[in-house]
Amino acid sequence: MGNQQPPRRLLRFSPAAGIASLIRKYGGEWWILTAGALIIVFIVFMTAFPRVFTRYSPLDQEAGGQMTAPSRAHIMGTDNLSRDVWARVVYGAQTILGVALAAALMSALIGIPLGLLSGFAGGIFDRILSLVMDSVYSFPGLILAIAFAAMLGPGVINITLAVAVVYIPTYFRLVRGQTLSIKEEVYVEAARAIGARRPTILSRYVFPNVIATVVVIFSLNIADAIMTEAALSYIGLGLPAGIPDWGMDLSMGKKFLPSGMWWMITFPGLMIMLLALGFTMLGEGLAEVLNPRLLEK
Amino acid sequence: MRHLLSYVITRLVLAVPMVFILLTLVFVVLRVMPGDPVGAMLGGHAPQKVIDQKKEELGLNKPITVQYVEYLGQLLRLDLGESMIFKQKVSQPIVEKLPATIELTLAGLLVSLGIGVPLGAYAAQRRRTGRDYAARLYANIAYCIPVFWMGLMFQLIFGVWLGWFPIAGRTGARVDVSLFSRTGFYLFDTLRAGNIGAFVDVLWHLVLPAVTLGVVLSGIFVRLTRANMLDVLKSDYILAARARGIPERRVVYSHGLRNALIPVVTMLGLQFSLLLAGAILTESTFSWPGMGRLLLERIYLRDYPVIQGVIIVYTLFVSVVSLLVDLLYAAIDPRVKY
Repeated sequence: MGNQQPPRRLLRFSPAAGIASLIRKYGGEWWILTAGALIIVFIVFMTAFPRVFTRYSPLDQEAGGQMTAPSRAHIMGTDNLSRDVWARVVYGAQTILGVALAAALMSALIGIPLGLLSGFAGGIFDRILSLVMDSVYSFPGLILAIAFAAMLGPGVINITLAVAVVYIPTYFRLVRGQTLSIKEEVYVEAARAIGARRPTILSRYVFPNVIATVVVIFSLNIADAIMTEAALSYIGLGLPAGIPDWGMDLSMGKKFLPSGMWWMITFPGLMIMLLALGFTMLGEGLAEVLNPRLLEK
Repeated sequence: MRHLLSYVITRLVLAVPMVFILLTLVFVVLRVMPGDPVGAMLGGHAPQKVIDQKKEELGLNKPITVQYVEYLGQLLRLDLGESMIFKQKVSQPIVEKLPATIELTLAGLLVSLGIGVPLGAYAAQRRRTGRDYAARLYANIAYCIPVFWMGLMFQLIFGVWLGWFPIAGRTGARVDVSLFSRTGFYLFDTLRAGNIGAFVDVLWHLVLPAVTLGVVLSGIFVRLTRANMLDVLKSDYILAARARGIPERRVVYSHGLRNALIPVVTMLGLQFSLLLAGAILTESTFSWPGMGRLLLERIYLRDYPVIQGVIIVYTLFVSVVSLLVDLLYAAIDPRVKY
């Protein structure tokens, strides 16, 4: 990135003008953003008002017969404990969405400041921290999450922590890289020349220019966190029984797969995919708008 | 050649801090968190005296710093130690399971490249047409499919409903691979023994897990290939090739794709850790006796040395692959020299 580029003015567009220019500029591309947003809105609505969607409780073991195929009364059938699968899908959304959002937020809140400081300060602090973060980054994240989740034991907070740890380096590396190039910009030099202090430069000059890219990564990161959460509970390291969870339902349904009970595994998995897809598409759409070069490589 | 050798050695030395950092992280996490091998072995109701005795036997009563230094000393002698649960060296189950994981990941990688690269190149060639959007949608969806769910669906459709493929394990019950397995790579071993029936059986068991892993990873390769291809197609030598009247197909696939693949290869190293993570879940779904299953099994038992050993092997695996990728990079791009 050249040093002479003007600062990006990405944060200042108004929504209406933004959408208008979006359609003008990207023509066929904006559907990605819209489709992603629609999926997310739908599922968020489901978590907020589950009763609108189903009259069964996800824990009700007398909702219907045991392992009955989808029917008019139970559109997605019932599971081995006679619970309504659709009710479990609806209420399970709360769990996975909550964990993924909290985990992504937590890694952002740790990774971004560390990346800013590391990139801005440089020196030995930066080198050591980068080495640690790079090591964690290049290692399969799921394995780390498994190790953490296993040791912390089941629980909503524990699984959130396990997922969050894995994604700290993602934010760190991104923000550090951006900070390194931004701190060489002329406007940062200008700020220094008029006597701005380092905290001011960091918070008022560097941070706002970093954040545009972070938004995109945040959205993509939620998608990854969703799949990591689902994976952890699928292998039995996630949540205590009693909390409806898609990953856990999948691992339960797996036992009955050889006897062809397809509805127990089809729907929770489909939902995980849909939710992850929503955030991926939103992230990609945002990338097109905010920074078209970001995702090309 | 001398330069190449020194490069390889430098890279391997650079992997040491990475192993060290991850190992320390895992070591501390394992010992700080509740639960230990003694509890997992004896259950919650063993008398305190027995527990203490067992802990002393395993060295768990020493301060964590002492344990750590002792473990590092052991590693310097290239010894991964002994399992705390079973009477076996840590290296024994790892040597048994690693080939299964390598076989699965390589097969998965082949499938994902086989789908991803052609589809990505095709999408780039048809940029902004319906087919391009379809390919990109495929890439997005494939990336978002949880790999274990994909495995379950494949098991359901091709295993249970159609009955085409087996849904668990590396071989059928009638094939005793221990008769000719020496390296642990079943495909290789059965072929070397000339037992075609067993080879086909092993291959048959590999199809569903490999395709599961491959399809999920292929989304990334579609995207990478497409983006690089778009860059390449804008370059002057493509224009020159077209100007010389070379047929468009050859311009795209022979002149363009070869150059677009260079950055794809560099990304291979990073994607590999994703592949390994996917392999753990695939192993779990298909009861594939590999490293991932070993890790999960031993985590439940709190078998510290084996967990640490598995993490070390995974880290080395990632480092070696990224080194190989860099060497491959030099081989396909003559401008790169070490």
